[in-house]
This record gives sequence, structure tokens and C-alpha cells, in this order.
Amino acid sequence: MWLIDSSIGRKLVMSITGTFLVLFLLFHSIMNLVVIISPEGYNAICEFLGANWYALVATSILASGFVIHILYALYLTFQNMRARGAERYAVKNNQKGVSWSSQNMLVLGAIVLGFLVLHMYNFWFKMQFVELTGIHTGDFHPADGAAYVQQLFSNWVYCVVYIVWLAALWLHLTHGIWSALQSLGLNNKTWLPRVKVIANVISTIVVLMFMAVPVYYLLGCGSGC
Amino acid sequence: MDKTINLTLKVWRQAGPKAKGKFETYKIDNVSTDSSFLEMMDVLNEQLVAERKEPVAFDHDCREGICGMCSMYINGHPHGPDGEITTCQLHMRNFNDGQTITIEPWRSAAFPIIKDLMVDRGAYDKIIQAGGYVNVNTGGVPDGNAIPIGKDIADEAMDAASCIGCGACAAACKNGSAMLFVAAKVSQLALLPQGKVEGAHRAKAMVAKMDELGFGNCTNTGACEAECPKNVSISHIARLNREFLVAKFQD
Repeated sequence: MWLIDSSIGRKLVMSITGTFLVLFLLFHSIMNLVVIISPEGYNAICEFLGANWYALVATSILASGFVIHILYALYLTFQNMRARGAERYAVKNNQKGVSWSSQNMLVLGAIVLGFLVLHMYNFWFKMQFVELTGIHTGDFHPADGAAYVQQLFSNWVYCVVYIVWLAALWLHLTHGIWSALQSLGLNNKTWLPRVKVIANVISTIVVLMFMAVPVYYLLGCGSGC
Repeated sequence: MDKTINLTLKVWRQAGPKAKGKFETYKIDNVSTDSSFLEMMDVLNEQLVAERKEPVAFDHDCREGICGMCSMYINGHPHGPDGEITTCQLHMRNFNDGQTITIEPWRSAAFPIIKDLMVDRGAYDKIIQAGGYVNVNTGGVPDGNAIPIGKDIADEAMDAASCIGCGACAAACKNGSAMLFVAAKVSQLALLPQGKVEGAHRAKAMVAKMDELGFGNCTNTGACEAECPKNVSISHIARLNREFLVAKFQD
């Protein structure tokens, strides 16, 4: 199977799952903004994305996207470390134009994943999980997302933790988005700088939209201002 | 008057492919700043021979930046700190008096060390043999101008063809990936009508050979382009990806 055996096939899988996850992030970040504008509207979305069959199908597709992306990342990194050889360079200088994040995608990905687990515990475990199993784990109604958001971000530590998480995500995306297009072969000399700018713009928009929520609560606007 | 500098060299010494290597430190005095890096290495070797020591083995041939034989990873950069040149074109005026220079061989699983600073880059030849050519039928020589080719396309193909196969891309890559080399060799032919005919087979065969020989996977860091002595662009890698994916989806 060339999607596993060939290097470009593996990169294709990475870029397709990556692009899919970026689209999900775009949706998720837009959805989050609703909690600032209208908590009732946000709860309506939470209701809609509860334990309904279509939401569960989408969640499992999303989860498999994450799993494939991570498994391939580990496999690719393992192969790359082997290809680099046993002896490492004694002196290693950075080249001009090589971004730090491009060389540390696995580390950044691991940070993003670590916080993702925390995030799942903070929200998914108290919301969709409750609706699925009937075991009540949170303080509020499982579809009352706005209340959970307010509860979590009333603690400034969580606000800071989430902002750090989003910074790592930003670094991961700035390299990941243009890299995905490059791996898909959708690039040439003219478009290379443009695609990099597009990647920076998209990742900045996504991360700023995500950050808006903890910053909003950190400034104390969540309890009416 | 020539300006001269005194240097300390930390050179990787390894007796053979299986032997354990280590750094040796040598002092070399009165190096002319007008000399090239390889000339400095020649002076070092004369010094070592005079001291009845084994000279440092290193690859070199044309010494004018077109054969792709010289290698050497100098102070953390393939072909040294100066850009867009090979080691033989690197001048000693890029270094300061009293500086310590660390000289290592290319380090990549697919480029095993033969001795000291020499590595076996036969892997690149095997990739070329897998498909980096056009089949030509025997018969009369066709007129060179019979097939019109746009100037921009000819230029792009020429830029790809400027790759000398020195291996700096795989040496610089944190993943030990040969993608820039393979991309250049696929691009130079894929851009031209003569090469398009076998394009699909070429992309598949060369990528398969590259993977088989143990090169890593490209993660688009761009280190290869930054270190390439011929400044081959990573946009050729996008073309290789495109050629390969189209060929695979056609199957």
C-alpha cells in the first residue's frame, strides 16, 4: 500500500489529515466566539452537538483524523531519526530561513496533544460523555456549555494554561498549513511565499479566535461588564 | 602582501567504515586567506605527512564547483559558512585568525563513511539509475529547435539541472531526506517535452529507490535549499510531490 510504504504517500496522509484538522479548528474557533456574543446561542450549539447520531459520527471521524495524524507523525519521526544515522553532528548551526517550528513539529504536536487531553477532561468528559453514558461528572447540565466555559475560565490559571496551549498550536500551524500544501504538490516558485503568508494568516486568525474566549474571561468580562 | 591566519582544526578521523571515529585536533599556521579550503586541507596533509602521520582523506575532484565531489560539514554547515558555493570554492578569508574550525563528514544513514571525511554517495547514483534519464531511440539526430520550449520553462529546467548531486541537501536535512536531489532530477526532465513521456514511471521509480535506500521523509524545513551550493528551490519538491501523486492516482 503506497500510502504507508512510500515517503510521499505518508506525507500525503499527514497533509490530508492535517488539513482536515485545520478545517475543524476553523469551525471550533468560530463556534467558540458565540459564547462571547450569546451564551444562549452557544448552548444551542452544545445541544445540537450532543449525543446525537450525526454529532457522534462527526466526532469519531474527527478522532480518527487525530489518531491517524499522530500515528503517522510518530512513524515518520522514527524513520527520520533512523535515516539521520547513529552519529550526530558535533556542531549544528541553524540555516537562514529555516523556522524553529519546522524543526520541532513533533515536540509542538506533543504539547498540543497534552493540552488536548486536559481540554477533553475539562469539557468533553463533562458534556458529550455524560450524555452518552448517563454518568454525571460535571456541576451543570451536560449541554450547558456556557456555564462550563465560565466556570473553567473563572480560574485565571486555566486562562493562562489555555493561552500557552494556543501559542504552541500557532507555531504548529504556521509550519503545518503551508507544509501540507507543499506535500500535496500545490506549490511553485510564485506561490511558495504566498502560501507561507496564507498559512500565517489562517493560523493567526484561528488562534486569535480561540484566544478571545480565555482573554475575555481573564479580563473579567464573563461576569458582566 | 598576503594576509595569513593561524587556525585550530578539529577533524573527524575514522580509519574505515566499521572503525570507531573521533575528533583529532591540529594546529595549522600561516594559512593564506586567499587560499581555498581544500588548499588549506592540502597544506595540513603535507604537514601530517612530514610528521609521518596518516593524511586526512577527503573527496575532491574539479575544484571549481561543478563536479559535486567535495563534501565536508564545516562549522555546522555543509560546504561551510558561505552560501551558494561548494567546499572547493570556500575561501579562507571567511575565517578569522585563531578560530577553531570543526570539520565533519556528511552524516546520514544512506551515506556511510568510507574513511575520515569521505562518504559513499553511491546511493544518489542508484536513484539516478532507477529513472533519472530519458530513453532515446537510435537514428538521425533530431533538430534541436524542432520542439519549441518557452524561455521560462527552459530556465526552470536549467535551474533544476544545476544540481551537482553533492549530497549537501541530505547532509543538512534533520531527517536525512534526499527529496531536494530527487526533486531536482525529476524536475529537470518533467518540465521538458522529451522528459514528460516517461514522467510517471520516473517519479515512481526514483521515489521508490530513494525510500529503499533509507533516506528520510521530507518535513519541509527548507534546510536543504538554504545549504544547496546551487540554490535549487524547494518548489521543485512540490513538483516532485505533484508528479508522484498524479502518477499514483492514475494507476
